[in-house]
Amino acid sequence: MYLAIVFFPLIGAIFAGFFGRLVDARASEVITTSLVLITVPLAWFALYQTGVEGHEARIELLRFIDSGALQTSWAIRIDTLTAVMLVVVTTVSGLVHLYSIGYMADDDSRPRFFAYLSLFTFAMLALVTSDNLLQLYFGWEGVGLMSYLLIGFWYHRPSANAAAIKAFIVNRVGDFGFVLGIFATFTVFNSLQYDPVFASAPEQVGKTMQFLGMQVDVLTLICLLLFMGAMGKSAQFLLHTWLPDAMEGPTPVSALIHAATMVTAGVFMVARLSPLFELAPIALGFVTFIGATTAFFAATVGLVQNDIKRVVAYSTCSQLGYMFVAEGVGAFGTGIFHLFTHAFFKALLFLGSGAVIIALHHEQDMRRMGALRKVLPFTWAMMLIGTLSLTGFPFTSGSVSKDAIIEAAYAADSPMGMYGFVLTAIAAVLTSFYSWRLMFLTFEGKPREKADVLAHAHEPPWTMGLPLILLALGSLLAGAIFMHFFIGSDQTEFWRGSLVTHGEAHREVPIMVMFLPTLAMAAGFAVAWYFYITNPLVPFGLAKRFRGAYQFLLNAWYFDALYDFLFVRPAKRLGRFLWKTGDGTIIDGIGPDGVAARVIDITNRVIRLQTGYIYHYAFVMLIGAALLITYFIFAGGGLPR
Amino acid sequence: MLLTTLFFYLFAGICVASAFMVIAVKNPVHAVLFLILAFFNAAGLFVLLGAEFLAMILVVVYVGAVMVLFLFVVMMLDVDFAELRAGFLKYLPIGATIGIVLLIELVFILVAWVTAPEIAAQAPTPPASQVSNTAALGQILYTKYVYLFEAAGMILLVAMIGAIVLTLQHKRDIKRQSVARQVARTRERSVEVVEVETGRGLS
Amino acid sequence: MTIGLSHYLTVAAILFTFGIFGIFLNRKNVIVILMSVELMLLAVNLNLIAFSAFHHDLVGQVFALIVLTVAAAEAAIGLAIVGVYFRNRGTIDVTEIDLLKG
Repeated sequence: MYLAIVFFPLIGAIFAGFFGRLVDARASEVITTSLVLITVPLAWFALYQTGVEGHEARIELLRFIDSGALQTSWAIRIDTLTAVMLVVVTTVSGLVHLYSIGYMADDDSRPRFFAYLSLFTFAMLALVTSDNLLQLYFGWEGVGLMSYLLIGFWYHRPSANAAAIKAFIVNRVGDFGFVLGIFATFTVFNSLQYDPVFASAPEQVGKTMQFLGMQVDVLTLICLLLFMGAMGKSAQFLLHTWLPDAMEGPTPVSALIHAATMVTAGVFMVARLSPLFELAPIALGFVTFIGATTAFFAATVGLVQNDIKRVVAYSTCSQLGYMFVAEGVGAFGTGIFHLFTHAFFKALLFLGSGAVIIALHHEQDMRRMGALRKVLPFTWAMMLIGTLSLTGFPFTSGSVSKDAIIEAAYAADSPMGMYGFVLTAIAAVLTSFYSWRLMFLTFEGKPREKADVLAHAHEPPWTMGLPLILLALGSLLAGAIFMHFFIGSDQTEFWRGSLVTHGEAHREVPIMVMFLPTLAMAAGFAVAWYFYITNPLVPFGLAKRFRGAYQFLLNAWYFDALYDFLFVRPAKRLGRFLWKTGDGTIIDGIGPDGVAARVIDITNRVIRLQTGYIYHYAFVMLIGAALLITYFIFAGGGLPR
Repeated sequence: MLLTTLFFYLFAGICVASAFMVIAVKNPVHAVLFLILAFFNAAGLFVLLGAEFLAMILVVVYVGAVMVLFLFVVMMLDVDFAELRAGFLKYLPIGATIGIVLLIELVFILVAWVTAPEIAAQAPTPPASQVSNTAALGQILYTKYVYLFEAAGMILLVAMIGAIVLTLQHKRDIKRQSVARQVARTRERSVEVVEVETGRGLS
Repeated sequence: MTIGLSHYLTVAAILFTFGIFGIFLNRKNVIVILMSVELMLLAVNLNLIAFSAFHHDLVGQVFALIVLTVAAAEAAIGLAIVGVYFRNRGTIDVTEIDLLKG
């Protein structure tokens, strides 16, 4: 059954990829979607099996590397954490496949799209069912590649190509750290499989090794390096620049990859390696720091964005920060719980935005939307549910998980924990503000679209509507239903060692803190209402008055410009120099071109010897003969004297 | 002895002088004639050396045939009395230098070379056996060096064929006989019987 | 004085040198080149005969006979070529024969 879950999407991808052109596009859509949808109930069943029944599994597929101490194999490991991820990945992927049938209905390359989607699903499943770091890395790289292919799906658009390569390269920077982490793990533990590594981890506490000329604690080093990969993959602060640009891809891609699955791979990885991270408090502190900073940073930038998808993208970035804050203070289960609920409501928000975009004929700028509530009531309702969940309206799934994180940060009782607490609380206010801003700008107020666009707006077809409904259900109910298992009193039995659990919190959380998120949500809602419903001119006035701050936020704290200046331009200059001067002038000059030119030079001179006059030739022969004879007289074989 | 010496210097001197004239005169016909003179004197030198057969062959074949051939060709070609071009003077220094160097070297080798004592002491005499030079040559030419002889014959054959091939031109506007064609004529191709009405003629 | 081998060889050397001069010093016509070649061959023959006489070995004369044969053949072919060349070019001016120019 587990093999079916992992490999059905691969079969779908192969079919659509290689045979998609031979059959009707409909066939590709239907087959890939069906195959993934079949895995959804299987995954839920697996969750039941592992979480409730307690059956774990390890299926060895084949031996991969067998070289000295490095022995890795392809194996599928199913425990609760894996099962949770399986549920997330298959459910969201299945719904996205279904949604894409409607969204990409008038695209020419549908087989390619569905093949990429299914292949991505396979890579992500390989990542979460991995049994060792190498297989994890395979899935890691696989999702990175599929992300590149899907962001650049509409490859005749130069902006899409640029965004795709940016995503890949920024991921690569993170992956560099990740690979170093894998190397370090192998050096220290002599194995890459999880169980042996976790078992021998406690012995390595306090040991140090040489790294860049310094003696560093091994576990801290490994965890930090591996986290660098997570920073890249999950678009955390400093390696976040690719996520907003990734919105160049089609909306289903954004929903699947950049909300629910690929970006959560980093969170999953930290949770999976929680036994290691628990023993490296410095690394955990760094995780919290990065997560909190990201949560705050992304929320501030999301305040002023005008593209509807960008707002949701920065929101994702921010929420990922929340997850890392949770993991950083040791509440790994809470982090995964937020991952679980976030998948639902974020995918809902993205797919809902997609419905709006399609309805307005591929219009993405919120400044040209408005007054859509009456025209698209169903879409509005779906987006409303998603927003409620995201901002933390009481009893929605989002609020359950988000509140849990904020409480956990407070309860951690450490400086970094407090830092995390403060920033996540502030980010909650900001999150609420920009989420309601999005709702009001899109659906309320006076219509800013052209009249004919508004007239043609219509609700999405059932292939797009059904996923929205299902995700909305998840956004509302998943929290309540699963809270008990993930972070409640049953969590130890539920997780069963697949990640580190601490039972209940270690510090009593005051009532004030428990209600803080709700207050934050209300505050954000109130301000957004004032800005966009009551007095719509206020935002413009503020933007004009605080021009500098506005531009700073709008350009994402000028990170893109900074990186462009620091890294991109020097790299391009170096590349150009090596190409034009190094390769062109020097190597080509000395090598092929140079040799050819010298040959031509020399032959031009030698040609002058060929005058065509025989007597010249005879003359030269004579000179040669004279020289030879002279040589033999004075140097060569002597005559007996 | 004195006679030998005298004749040697006579023959040698004229030979060298006429060789110089060959390359120095303007008129190519004169050049050929001087070459003929050089060959005659060389033949005399050969006789002095006891190789009378070769001397006669030189006169008969070389002078009689080859030089005559030269004369034919020189006269056939419509050659102008080209002036001595300036280029002669341009190359003369370097050419003369090289040539004189070569000459000196040749002579240097020859005079410094020590001949085997018993050979140098003797004057050039015919071989001990009393056969004549011709007979002696014949005796070894057809026995020991017969392959060389045959090869020389081959060379001459090839040269003859080559010369014909090079110079033969088939003129297309000359009437020629092809005996084979004539003999192969049949009645059907040559004769046609036509019924002619009186007074009408062939029309 | 006794005419020794070296006298004959000297004469041959001088003839050879004149032959060589004739090849590249002439600016007149191609026939002179051919005649210079004949001169050189004559010098070679003289050498051969002289050595044959002084060594009492007839092989030198046999060799000279062969050389003579080849010289004659070569002269014939050379003249045929000159004739054909003149027929095609109309001139045997040596300074205009530069078809081998590379």
